[in-house]
Amino acid sequence: MKILVAIKQVPVRDSALVTSASGRWIEESGLSFEINEPDAYALEEALQLKEKHGGEVVAVCAGPARAQQTIREALAKGADRAIHIEVENLGEFDTLGIARLLAEAARPENPDLMLTGLQSDDLGYGQTGVVLAELLGLPHSTIIMQVDVVNKEGPGSSIRVKRELEDGWFQHIAMPLPAVLTIQSGINKLRYATLMGIKRAKTKEIRRVTPNRVTPNQGEARSRSMHIEKLYAPAKSRQAQIFEGDPKTAAAKLVEKLKFEARVL
Amino acid sequence: MKVLAILEHQNGRLHRMSWETLAAAQQIGADVEAALIGSGIAALAQEVAGKKIARVYTAEHALLQNYTADGYTAAVEALVRKANPDLVLFPHTYQTRDYAPKLATRFDRSLISDVVAARSEAHVENSSPVFVRQFFQGKLNGDIRLDGPGPHFVSLQAGAWRADALESGSAAVETFTPELNASQIRQAPEAPFRESARAVDLTAAEIIVSVGRGIGDKDKIPVVEDLARALGGELAASRPICDAGWLPMERQVGSSGQTVSPKMYVAVGISGAIQHLVGMKGSKIIVAINKDANAPIFEVADYGIVGDLFEVVPALAEEIRKAKA
Repeated sequence: MKILVAIKQVPVRDSALVTSASGRWIEESGLSFEINEPDAYALEEALQLKEKHGGEVVAVCAGPARAQQTIREALAKGADRAIHIEVENLGEFDTLGIARLLAEAARPENPDLMLTGLQSDDLGYGQTGVVLAELLGLPHSTIIMQVDVVNKEGPGSSIRVKRELEDGWFQHIAMPLPAVLTIQSGINKLRYATLMGIKRAKTKEIRRVTPNRVTPNQGEARSRSMHIEKLYAPAKSRQAQIFEGDPKTAAAKLVEKLKFEARVL
Repeated sequence: MKVLAILEHQNGRLHRMSWETLAAAQQIGADVEAALIGSGIAALAQEVAGKKIARVYTAEHALLQNYTADGYTAAVEALVRKANPDLVLFPHTYQTRDYAPKLATRFDRSLISDVVAARSEAHVENSSPVFVRQFFQGKLNGDIRLDGPGPHFVSLQAGAWRADALESGSAAVETFTPELNASQIRQAPEAPFRESARAVDLTAAEIIVSVGRGIGDKDKIPVVEDLARALGGELAASRPICDAGWLPMERQVGSSGQTVSPKMYVAVGISGAIQHLVGMKGSKIIVAINKDANAPIFEVADYGIVGDLFEVVPALAEEIRKAKA
């Protein structure tokens, strides 16, 4: 099976974020970046499927030069090769625009299966995988907790997946291959790159692609349909009383409030 | 502005978020229509027709009996082309997440998902509102401006609009039969199921102490468990803790776990990603303990301590035992 995994590079969790001078994005200088967590699970699922059924895992990533680091890590974990869609101004694309870049890169690969995380930790729109499926003309399913390959090759090839529903419900869905799935965090246990893997990654192919359309909104018929006008710190819906001091003093103050003000003790 | 609200239902009942979506449509649009997709949905349509809207569409077809992404996309696409709204609103449910991005793509649009507010600019005539949504797991908010003509597609976060704000009225019901054939639908869904009977009902708990990533290690969970014991509360967790297998899935609070509203919710080492907040922000008193003063959890908290949970939590358990003695 040939499996494509779309991965994204995002600021590391717990980064302190400041809005950029334009007010439309974050100040990226000084930040560290890592693979989007749900994408890490999608990559792991692809690697496990390859180990079970044979084939090839190709990582696809759209992003600026710094994304190279995340791509190398995917190769070190076991992806066979990678495609880097070099875009410096990712923030100027809407989700459909980014999915179009990924679809352009994916189409000539003719994968049997395409995986990605269910959402990104930065934008969090949660739609890239679904849009990709539509652009590629493939069936899809989302928020997947298990992938079983029923028949890996030929015209009757198909999968049966376990999809998470709300409130602790699940559902199995069968569909023909090729298909696109968005993977839920926790579907598997993530592996670490081995020293050997890191060494091997250095010789693996990263194909760089420069998209035809680097500026998404120059009077094209298919221009973007939305943009971020302003990013800002959210207003607090409740005004939290924060207790300071050494842990014992802070705890004592909190308990007093819980007892006499909130009256929950 | 003409708004079409796509309402979700299951087991013969409207999803509670459908009412919130309809209330949002009333607040945003001058001309509001609603739509139900499925088979055998006439009774539900009558229920919706009792609200102050212009029309209820029922997209009825035997192939829509069970939800599939392909079937729903085709049906709603046909309906949107017929109704021709400026704005299509959805509840941001798992079902919407599964097909609305595909639908929006058919109109060359991006779905604006998980919106928490809409801000109208009354001074600009016929302008569409600015939509507010959360970015970076809730650390920042963003204003989204729509570009180009409609229809635009927007899904709304649970609890962002109040269903009790819905105005009553009387609407016409119009049946719409989309052209569908079985070969269009590639997904074959099976009956939904639950893994096991839920042994822990967090929704009944008066006090919940919940642990998140900040705990760092499975072996440290007893630190938080002891606080739960001191308070006489149930132990719960955010998703990553259950994903890692450190606590069973049935103790998970959040959009994919249980939605709780206890008298007191204590969040320990939980940053407060949107998916967690939707499951607990209805709690009466929220206490947060986190090392990061900028963590989104403090935005919904009533009381907080910024500090190392391994120092704060044992101290808090001790103080609580003293206060209760």
